Amino acid sequence: MAEVYTSSVIAAPADRVWARIRDFNGLPNWHPLITESLIEAAAPADQVGCVRAFRLKDGGFIREKLLALSDYDFSCTYTILESPMGVENYVATLKLTPVTDGDRSFAEWSASFDCAPERETELIANIGDNVFQGGFEALKRLFGD
Amino acid sequence: MVQVQRSTVLDAPLEAVWEVLRDFNGHDRWHPAVTTSRLEDGRRSDQVGTVRDFRLTGGERVREQLLSLSDRDHRFRYAIVESDLPLNDYFAEVALKPVTDGNRTFWSWTSRFRPPPGRERELTQLVAEGIYAAGFAAVRALVERRAAARPPSRPAVTPGAAAEGALPGEAVIIERHGGPDQLRLVPVQALRPGPGEARLRQTAIGVNFIDVYCRTGTFDLLQPPGVPGMEAAGIVLDLGPGVRHLRDGQRVAYACPPVGAYATVRTMKADLLVPLPDSVSDEVAAAILLKGMAAEFLLHRVHKLQPGETVLVYAPAGGVGRLLCQWASHLGARVIGATSSPEKAAAARAAGAHDVILPGPDSLEDQVKALTGGRGADVIFDAVGRDSFAHSVKALADCGHLVSYGQASGAIGSWDIGSLASNSATVSRPAFGHYTDTPEKVAAITRRLFQALADGVVTAEVGQRFPLAEAAEAHRALESRRTLGSTILLPGGR
Repeated sequence: MAEVYTSSVIAAPADRVWARIRDFNGLPNWHPLITESLIEAAAPADQVGCVRAFRLKDGGFIREKLLALSDYDFSCTYTILESPMGVENYVATLKLTPVTDGDRSFAEWSASFDCAPERETELIANIGDNVFQGGFEALKRLFGD
Repeated sequence: MVQVQRSTVLDAPLEAVWEVLRDFNGHDRWHPAVTTSRLEDGRRSDQVGTVRDFRLTGGERVREQLLSLSDRDHRFRYAIVESDLPLNDYFAEVALKPVTDGNRTFWSWTSRFRPPPGRERELTQLVAEGIYAAGFAAVRALVERRAAARPPSRPAVTPGAAAEGALPGEAVIIERHGGPDQLRLVPVQALRPGPGEARLRQTAIGVNFIDVYCRTGTFDLLQPPGVPGMEAAGIVLDLGPGVRHLRDGQRVAYACPPVGAYATVRTMKADLLVPLPDSVSDEVAAAILLKGMAAEFLLHRVHKLQPGETVLVYAPAGGVGRLLCQWASHLGARVIGATSSPEKAAAARAAGAHDVILPGPDSLEDQVKALTGGRGADVIFDAVGRDSFAHSVKALADCGHLVSYGQASGAIGSWDIGSLASNSATVSRPAFGHYTDTPEKVAAITRRLFQALADGVVTAEVGQRFPLAEAAEAHRALESRRTLGSTILLPGGR
């Protein structure tokens, strides 16, 4: 089991950042790697169990299922159903925690997955740097950091 | 039941913060609200179940038990078992998480407890601000200073370890807090400057008493192993990306934390560097910058000195005191020095003091009143602290200003503000960092200081020069009060 953990600080209160990222169908609105997204079976995007199907800018197609969503904890957990990444049992959580000292948010994005041993280092770097940190960089720009 | 949640981000690696917080009995060393703490029954601080018995500054006694400790999650939980404060059923958690984006630390401190009816707000405020936010600030000061105090270039342990583009040099390091013998010259590297940084070849280094406090561990500015020193002059070798106010080959100086000045080469934040005019030599800059900047903001910012005011300066023959006498008399103030010996009195008069008072049968305040027709001093610059504070308050004229800028004799302790009504006194407690923490502030202060130097209003006296390798000897001289004027270290030898 490989694990990735990335965290950052966003210069806006957690409820404001959460309003931006809560939409399970909203990745194209803020994540630079993702172009288009839809929720399968016309389900509401905050229905736990719904599936999002989206396309990466490099053409890759990914389907992910919402496992848990909490407006109380500002957190969202999902699993990959289908992707070109070559990972199995991939479960990721994106979570915000208020930084009471200064109206900022502590953002954590973590994942665990199985993969071929020789690809583990590359996948951890790609997911941690491009997907997670890349998303944080976009949020930091969005919220004027 | 009320809940308190407080969190912050510290600009230091998680390990550094955890090292401080993990010690369940260490809070009396960093938390301003905790005076003394001890563990019961001879248990260790990382033994789950241990009880710490401590007192708050208000005198209240609290006993808390460690319920869990995890080095994996960087978290511990504890509960109050007995307290003079009604924090009933108090249960708290301290947790750290790494901010991977920038090698910082997220720290959350949460608790719940059952306050007596009507005291919810007061007790929530006490816990959230008096304990948690105050704790954040104290640990921030500790670890961020420690992180900054790490030598900019660590001693080269193996010949093959040279980083690409690193410049070899030498620095005086201390491996552990202690006497002058701890100061040793070792090879180091100054790394290639990163964004916003400059690399210097240093030509003259100022030695200040604060360096001694760093070496002994009295001040927590240097966590060994590290390079002491906060003041030097030198030449810019190269600049990292984004530095616009400097150029290669420029003569510069600095007087500020982080420590690390006792070195032949140094890479540091370019914002901290002040370009030197031709009229100020490297040796003069290293001898006067720190003290001169202090004198500037004391006389022009903390108290805007007016002609005709009466100024009382303690230690008028000392580093900052001498400059205060020179500058204040030039500004048209009447300067009274308070010192301890006829020799120092002569030095104070030479620096511009109109009158000097010495210890005698009459108290300091009586002597000041006698010299001012019973009026007292309009402003008093007092860095003595514990032994002088009460006298200073009494020596003030009505509506006078007491500027307490140091505490050489010890902490002043608690004071009843109401007592200041006896003469409507104003008290200031300035710290160097707040007047010198932006390039704009430093530029404004040094502009006036360099002009005062050029005009001969203030003068630098280099009393002693030591080779950098003999830093220990320089400290011995300073500590035995054998020095006169400023002491500097020369990287190139004497």
